[in-house]
Amino acid sequence: MDIIKTKNLTKKFSDLTAVDNVTFSVHKGEIFGFLGPNGAGKTTTIKMLTTLLNPTAGSARISEFDIIKQRDKVRQNIGIVFQEPALDTELTGEENLEYHARMYGLNRSKRKDRIEEVLKLVDLEEKRRVFVKNYSGGMKRRLEIARGLMHYPNVLFLDEPTLGLDAQTRRAIWAYIKKMNKEEDTTIFLTTHYMDEAEYLCDRVGIIDRGKILVINSISNLKSAVGKDVITLSCTDLNKLNKKLQEQKWISKIKQHDGFLTLGVEKGDEKIPIIIELAQIVGVKIKSISVRKPTLDDVFLSYTGHTIRDEEVKSNSMIGIHPQYTRGKR
Amino acid sequence: MFNTREFQAIYVMWLRQMKRFLRSKSRLVSTIIQPLFFLFILGSGFRTVITLGEGGDYLHFLAPGIVAMSILFSSMFTGVSVLWDKQFGFLQEVLVAPISRFSIIIGRTLGGATTALIQGLIILIIAIGLGVPISSFFGLLLTIAFMILIAFSAVGFGLIIASKMQDFHGFPLIMNLIILPLLFLSSAFFPVTSNETMKIIAFFNPLFYMVDGLRGSLIGFNNILPPLVNLGLVFVICIVMMTIGSYLFNKSEA
Ligand SMILES: Nc1ncnc2c1ncn2[C@@H]1O[C@H](COP(=O)(O)OP(=O)(O)OP(=O)(O)O)[C@@H](O)[C@H]1O
Ligand SMILES: [Mg+2]
Repeated sequence: MDIIKTKNLTKKFSDLTAVDNVTFSVHKGEIFGFLGPNGAGKTTTIKMLTTLLNPTAGSARISEFDIIKQRDKVRQNIGIVFQEPALDTELTGEENLEYHARMYGLNRSKRKDRIEEVLKLVDLEEKRRVFVKNYSGGMKRRLEIARGLMHYPNVLFLDEPTLGLDAQTRRAIWAYIKKMNKEEDTTIFLTTHYMDEAEYLCDRVGIIDRGKILVINSISNLKSAVGKDVITLSCTDLNKLNKKLQEQKWISKIKQHDGFLTLGVEKGDEKIPIIIELAQIVGVKIKSISVRKPTLDDVFLSYTGHTIRDEEVKSNSMIGIHPQYTRGKR
Repeated sequence: MFNTREFQAIYVMWLRQMKRFLRSKSRLVSTIIQPLFFLFILGSGFRTVITLGEGGDYLHFLAPGIVAMSILFSSMFTGVSVLWDKQFGFLQEVLVAPISRFSIIIGRTLGGATTALIQGLIILIIAIGLGVPISSFFGLLLTIAFMILIAFSAVGFGLIIASKMQDFHGFPLIMNLIILPLLFLSSAFFPVTSNETMKIIAFFNPLFYMVDGLRGSLIGFNNILPPLVNLGLVFVICIVMMTIGSYLFNKSEA
């Protein structure tokens, strides 16, 4: 059964189309991810699905309720963790949970039990009486996830759940997300621009760019279109080397762009000497060469033939790291 | 009925503000100290300079003005503090809950008005302790009524500002360019009777009716209009502010 169904969902901000005719569905019980760069329209999609923004055109249903005509029903059925922190920092963790539960109509005894449950789920039992302003970034995020779960939502929306957190906290949050998906049978819709996150968590992902969905598939399928490793190199004569490399069967994909060659290969480390050798044979000098795991950018390149954003790529050589982004800034 | 979501929403919005207010000791202290400073400094400094129409002690004249001021500032602040929630995202958490915006506004307004009233009452009690006379028991009841209406009007005004601004930067500007001049021309600190132009200006100033009404009902002299006339006018002002404020808040997107 499909728990989220959208049809030609569109949002325009004056002349900018942030979400452009998006149609997709999310199955009950799965973890579905939206993967896309900054400004792709991920948050805007979530805001429409959670009734915070009115779509310009198109429609969507959550648990069979229409997001425009049955707002209240939709709101009862969803939980959301926003991209920007949305806690009251002057209150304790427990108070944040309790106030939330009251607004969703849980009675006193239910409230009490549920607070215990969700605090336990995210390991914050000891911090329950601490003011949220004294929480660390990761603790705040966990509390928000716990709060999103308070009222037993059918669908939980997580907008960039681990943005700006350290590796260890990210792992922990991933574990909580998996756990609640399993134990509470909550369908999860998350957005991210981290490949590893999507790969670890999501059953299926949709790649979204400039408001449009490019493809929906599992991450492993998406990545296999690129190759297990990616080699990027620059040299004195790109065309000549490109021609030579085209003959090699072990290269799954070659793209030439912005003065670089990008190759999809397996066991990239072992291929570097071979490539250098091949270059020498055709008399081309290699200026730089590196091997790395495929990123969102590479998937993009393989699906669209262009990099995510030419200007963005210039400022961040690797997608997945967005230095202009900081979360939990208060 | 106490378990309905809408009631709980109003209660939560109210309780949250009360907790924040009581926990923020510095705010509690400064909002009480500041009007007291005004009361003492202005009270002793201007005592000899200002001549009152009907005579009487300047401190007695000033006290209602200071009570009105402290309620105004505090309520406006809570009205505008919706901006905090907007900036820090908490507003979104409230807006996705299955509750009406109407309940959110009611709860917020009640919370803001309650904290402002607590402060106003503390100033009032101190003033009475300093010898400011009470005209009558009925006068005291009227005083409370005025205080409540002032609080709600100012929260409404704060909501209007909050829905027109994106962040806090414009707030001092509005305080200094709109609220302070209006307050000075409202007879809060000195009488407007000495000068015909000032008196005419005062009649266009909503704060004048609040301050004059408060003065008329609390100490019962040196006021220009009868308290009940002021009460009617302030009631209308309050309704207008609240209506516009909640309308604009309702319309604003998160
Ligand atoms: N309220 C708004 N008014 C005008 N434009 C907006 C508004 N909200 C978003 N946009 C624009 O819509 C586009 C999509 O924004 P959105 O926040 O959905 O991106 P995103 O995919 O969530 O990006 P990020 O990874 O940076 O969070 C952007 O170009 C953004 O500038
Ligand atoms: Mg976003």
